[in-house]
Amino acid sequence: MPLTPVLSAHWDEADSYTLDGYRRHGGYDALALAFAKQPDDVIQLVKDSGLRGRGGAGFPTGMKWGFVPQGDGKPHYLVVNADESEPGACKDVPLMLANPHSLVEGVVIASYAIRANHAFIYIRGEVPHAIRRVASAVREAYAAGLLGQNILGSGFDLEVTVHAGAGAYICGEETALLDSLEGFRGQPRLKPPFPAVAGLYASPTVVNNVETIASVPSIVTNGADWYTSYGSEKSPGVKLFAVSGHVERPGIFEAPMGTTMRELLEWAGGMRKGHRLKFWVPGGSSVPLLTEEHLDVPYTYEDIAAAGSMLGTGTPMVFDETTSVTRAVTRWLEFYKHESCGKCTPCREGTYWLVDLLRRLESGVGSDDDITRINEVSAQIAGRSFCALGDAAATPFPGAMKYFADEIALGTHTAASDLYDPVAATVLAGVNA
Amino acid sequence: MAIAETTRAQMREVLDRYPRKRSALMPLLHLVQADEGFITPEGVTLVAELVELTEAEVTAVSSFYTMYLKRQSGRVRVGVCINSLCAVLGGDEIWDALVDHCGTGNNQTTDDGAVTLERIECQAACTHAPVMTANWEFLDDMTVEKAKQVVDDARAGRPIQSTRGPAVRSFADAERTIVGVDDGLVADGDHRDDRILAGLRLAQQNGDAERSAEAERRGAQTVKGN
Repeated sequence: MPLTPVLSAHWDEADSYTLDGYRRHGGYDALALAFAKQPDDVIQLVKDSGLRGRGGAGFPTGMKWGFVPQGDGKPHYLVVNADESEPGACKDVPLMLANPHSLVEGVVIASYAIRANHAFIYIRGEVPHAIRRVASAVREAYAAGLLGQNILGSGFDLEVTVHAGAGAYICGEETALLDSLEGFRGQPRLKPPFPAVAGLYASPTVVNNVETIASVPSIVTNGADWYTSYGSEKSPGVKLFAVSGHVERPGIFEAPMGTTMRELLEWAGGMRKGHRLKFWVPGGSSVPLLTEEHLDVPYTYEDIAAAGSMLGTGTPMVFDETTSVTRAVTRWLEFYKHESCGKCTPCREGTYWLVDLLRRLESGVGSDDDITRINEVSAQIAGRSFCALGDAAATPFPGAMKYFADEIALGTHTAASDLYDPVAATVLAGVNA
Repeated sequence: MAIAETTRAQMREVLDRYPRKRSALMPLLHLVQADEGFITPEGVTLVAELVELTEAEVTAVSSFYTMYLKRQSGRVRVGVCINSLCAVLGGDEIWDALVDHCGTGNNQTTDDGAVTLERIECQAACTHAPVMTANWEFLDDMTVEKAKQVVDDARAGRPIQSTRGPAVRSFADAERTIVGVDDGLVADGDHRDDRILAGLRLAQQNGDAERSAEAERRGAQTVKGN
């Protein structure tokens, strides 16, 4: 599979984040093309491209836009989910640093399509440099007449507000994000109604991920056929893959959907010298881990699902044989416990008990009953929680049990740190030796 | 301590960005911290007036989000990512070393008021693990030695350069940046490093970048021809 830099094609230019840098390579040309079409035709184009949400769930983007009722007399809103906080996900923040105008242009086109006159970009608060670059891009776009009143003489008006979060992973869940944007605690809402019908201020709202929206201008410019020439029928297009962990050269690789982990691993220089792959997590800590036997599974929504995991954010974390799977899973559960919003009982109480039980296993004082109970508690959380955070919390342990049950069982008598020297797992060569 | 007029002016500007006042609540709380260092009772009262809520309603929100602080920080908040990937790659060793080096624990401040250590969750920078932050600017590819140096620099009042961002500024300045106040530093801090450009450089080396651009051109021609 070749690499296909589209979003990342000009990230090597120092001013790629500026309006001039973006326009040098045809930036904002897509906007005029979109304005020449009827809004419904733009929605159709995105439907035809097969673009699916790049935030994790993979919902078809054009279909989401099409759910917004038109002629309903209510204001419509576009909300960009730039709350990238999923452990392992590190693609939206680099995109906002390097190419924020692709996001802004996508925001204008998407807003035009769904007939929204106010869009919000909800960025997690802990990344001031990304906020700086997106806020600057928005200011540049206003000054150039690309935002505001009567954009490019189209008669279309759009206000864009950059909004910062304040440290809550749950706000990546779209309805919690909307509550947060309305000035409430970020807790998820019951669905239905879905945001497309009753979202921000109970008005029709589309919530899309950064990479999803930033992909729209290139689709408008190059056409649906160009986009579908990459990837599979159900998972077309190209994607930003971010490979992290025990590899020689971690980094971002933009490639067609359907690329395999084996190819990504090769591009990343393979496993660090002298080590071998133990497990990898295809798309953030909320999806089940996979192993070496899955290296040739194509990175499509359908193939990764068939292999027993999910594509998620498409940002694989790679761990070698020095890693204790019990330790990694325990830490992920500590994260879900910390980030549980407390609204529903299965997640709030369940994550508390999972951490308690997992810590026993990690420190080598667990029992067989603990393992049974972890599986039971996971099962009680999955499908019974208010939102996907609960389901996510119930994912890492059963996923790990599938391939590492024997190792996990060692936690009934031996501490993880005795089985796997934590220092050997670090990349701090020489420092702790 | 009264909230400064410059901050109040920024608060009014923030209120204008939203169709409904309550939506301004979170940026207003960030501005309270810019002025006061944490969420003070005075700040809660002012914000409650501005968005027409009760103080209890404002506190219910501020207490939910971890970035809103309950007490004064040191001059530099130093965060260490302790989520699984960073922890395994060295974050745990860095954390232990900093706790030892500073003689403080999580969310505690050094005796000289310079540094507050904080265990933080995933910063969306896993390609650069182990990751730290200083007043929320990125400190990528950290080691124990580099981490100690950051703390020593902070305590000595020396500048700290972030890896993908400007020189680390005060907590108050960071909070103003977070709400979108233009600090003139957008050009500082190069986004380009070998992690971010890994795929692009490889694509350029093996001719994939050119082929990808050619495919885009062909696509664009087809679209215009329609």
